[in-house]
Amino acid sequence: MSTVLFDVPGPRARTRYRAYAVVGSVAIAALVGYVVWRFFDTGQFEGRKWSWFEYKQIQLSLIDALGRTLSAFAVGAVLALLFGAVFAAARLSDHKWVSAPAAVIVELFRAIPLVIMMFFFYYGLPSTGIKLSAFTAVVLSLMLYNGSVLAEVFRAGINSLPKGQSEAAYALGMRKTQVMVLVLLPQALRAMLPTIISQLVVLLKDTALGFLITFEELLYWGRQIGGQLQFGRPLIPTMIVVAAIYIGLCLLLTWFANYLEKRNRRNKKVIKLDEDKAKMVQLGEASGVSGTMGAV
Amino acid sequence: MRVRTLAAVLLAGGLALTACGKEGTGTDTGAPAGVFDVAKDVKVEGSPTFEKIKARGSLVVGVKEDQPGLGYKDPTTNKYTGFDIDMAKLIAAQLGFAEDKIQFKTIQSAAREQAIINGDVDYYVGTYSITAARKEKVSFAGPYYIAGQDLLVKKDNTDIKGPDTIKSKKVCSVTGSTPAKLLRDKKLVEPDANVVELQSYSLCVTKLLDGEVDAVSTDDAILKGYAAAEPDKLKVVGQTFSTEKYGIGLPKDDKALRDKVNEILEKSLSDGKWDEIYKNTLGKSGSEGKHPTLEKY
Amino acid sequence: MGVLTRNIDLFVHHFANTLKLFAVSGIASLLLGIFLAMLRVSPVPVFRGAGTLYVTVVRNTPLTLVFVFFVFAYPYLEIIKFEFFTAAVVALSLYTSAFVCEVVRSGINTVPVGQAEASRALGLTFTQMLGSIVLPQALRSVVPPMVSTFIALLKNTTVAAGFSVREAGAIRDALSELGEDTLTGMLWVAAIFVLLVMPLTYLQRVLEKRWSVAR
Repeated sequence: MSTVLFDVPGPRARTRYRAYAVVGSVAIAALVGYVVWRFFDTGQFEGRKWSWFEYKQIQLSLIDALGRTLSAFAVGAVLALLFGAVFAAARLSDHKWVSAPAAVIVELFRAIPLVIMMFFFYYGLPSTGIKLSAFTAVVLSLMLYNGSVLAEVFRAGINSLPKGQSEAAYALGMRKTQVMVLVLLPQALRAMLPTIISQLVVLLKDTALGFLITFEELLYWGRQIGGQLQFGRPLIPTMIVVAAIYIGLCLLLTWFANYLEKRNRRNKKVIKLDEDKAKMVQLGEASGVSGTMGAV
Repeated sequence: MRVRTLAAVLLAGGLALTACGKEGTGTDTGAPAGVFDVAKDVKVEGSPTFEKIKARGSLVVGVKEDQPGLGYKDPTTNKYTGFDIDMAKLIAAQLGFAEDKIQFKTIQSAAREQAIINGDVDYYVGTYSITAARKEKVSFAGPYYIAGQDLLVKKDNTDIKGPDTIKSKKVCSVTGSTPAKLLRDKKLVEPDANVVELQSYSLCVTKLLDGEVDAVSTDDAILKGYAAAEPDKLKVVGQTFSTEKYGIGLPKDDKALRDKVNEILEKSLSDGKWDEIYKNTLGKSGSEGKHPTLEKY
Repeated sequence: MGVLTRNIDLFVHHFANTLKLFAVSGIASLLLGIFLAMLRVSPVPVFRGAGTLYVTVVRNTPLTLVFVFFVFAYPYLEIIKFEFFTAAVVALSLYTSAFVCEVVRSGINTVPVGQAEASRALGLTFTQMLGSIVLPQALRSVVPPMVSTFIALLKNTTVAAGFSVREAGAIRDALSELGEDTLTGMLWVAAIFVLLVMPLTYLQRVLEKRWSVAR
């Protein structure tokens, strides 16, 4: 198959590619081999460093930690989606006094690093007498940041719907709220679902920032067990396990997003978005931060 | 064989984590649990806290869980060990409660006063410094240990002898903590380049063992706990440059209980129980333990 | 205002470190990211596989975990010792490069295959095709999301505060040691970040608008 950069290879190119493949494989194997050898050489695969896995209490504490990560994710995701929907609607409002403050808030919370927000809620606020638990601080920060990003995703989604949709709805005599809630939002949501889920992957990963404010989530657990002297400080083994869990969870979500996208493509009810704008949104997504959406 | 077990555990892990668990035995985590003679028919006249404990039939003691040799929870058994824990057990025994009647509860530093005020714990034992500000909210029996900021170094280190010898060394402490502040304020080290701040002392100790920092600095009690766990690798310098008096945190208005706890501590200092506890825990670091003088009020 | 003016040196010093961290890891992740993108679009399956594996693993790993690994776990492997700052640069670069790679790759993929086929039919060499047909078009769709990636990198540098790098995220600790009002101090930190990020966002929006019309 021809790609943008390369034509279908002929016999000479095929030999050349094969040579590259051999050299490349050797180089990659050497690199991976070196790292794996370092793991072996420093005893990271020794039974003792993994024996913590056999203890019931440790397994239970792993489940607890995973539970805290997942609940921070679940609560954060629900709140962020709500926040996003509300602020997207506010930004699309015809009233300047609603849309302007909403725009400012969304822009602000996208510009402030999550870490700073978490520190603010966890370390800063107590001086005013408001004490938040680490969990609340994490969830609130996740809501504000991801909610703001999602608000932009929703807005871009609604804006990229064909104008005929809202015009037809108005022609039927629907009110503004009805048009938004009954016609635009459901279609935009469905069309933007893959993007929304990718943002939720970001949110899931960001729960690990709670580590910095001693929220006892998965990473915190890994560090704690990883420091146990009786197992020879198995930090590398615990980090491997924690990373595998995070990657597994994120891939599961990503897979779900792809599945939805595929189903959408077959589904005739989905309105095709304005190609350019939609593409812009997806590209923004590739950066993992979904920056500013569509020039609208 | 090991590898196969491991693979099996990893595979089965997600599905049946709890089904293949092994109970921890709490090996080599330091001290053998202190066992003390339980006093009988204890009466503390006029102590509301003691009445509450009596009625409940068990004790709730606030402690720390992340300081080896001091107040530490073994993740394989969920059992607490250490100097503070044994101190708490001794007090419990003298109040008439055996070990199985004590429920230990981990309380983070920042939440200590509130936990005592709310009555979530009956008393608190966990590197709790007696300060005037805290005395406004809670009261203290003791001190049962006089700590001071000190330095933990590798066993073979010979150039760090005290606070004046760390000027050009990398010294690690916990982010935003009092010890870190003291290192900077007193200009003991180059404040910018050489103070390393991490989230916990165990991370600092890891970095010390890596050789990336030259010393870890905080209260000697905490440092001795780490040295006690690995006495062949670590040692405490033994030149303190501040004073922290650790007390037993108690509800503010309960003078009767405070007097009782002070009496228990006094007795432990004279009958050798204090030394026994010290020897079993922090003493393993190789550092001597000095008796505190009680400050009753 | 007082907190800021009284501790202006501290703020300047910490933010300078933030920018240094941003610049060094920005360049490193750009180079590594482009290299990875080259792997991912190469006609050799082994290279594509390696690139895809790297990107999949790194994109689905939390940045904090990458930091914990390089600061605390990596020294156990006894390869080369890193200072805290270097470890932060390595963690940020390895993480960000996966996103840079995806931006570059999807940018190249937006160029229709017909463009390349036409240029080959005209007898252009690979370099000519790349230089005058594919890259100019790809660049248009690469730059705006690339700016987003760099905004994310700038904000992500604050994670290093938890790993003994004295950058903007660590201003809170420094202020609290000085007994200053950390609440106000952190509002200033947030405000400065907004000031740093806004021009980048503006730039991105302008590029996006201009180039999406030109297509």
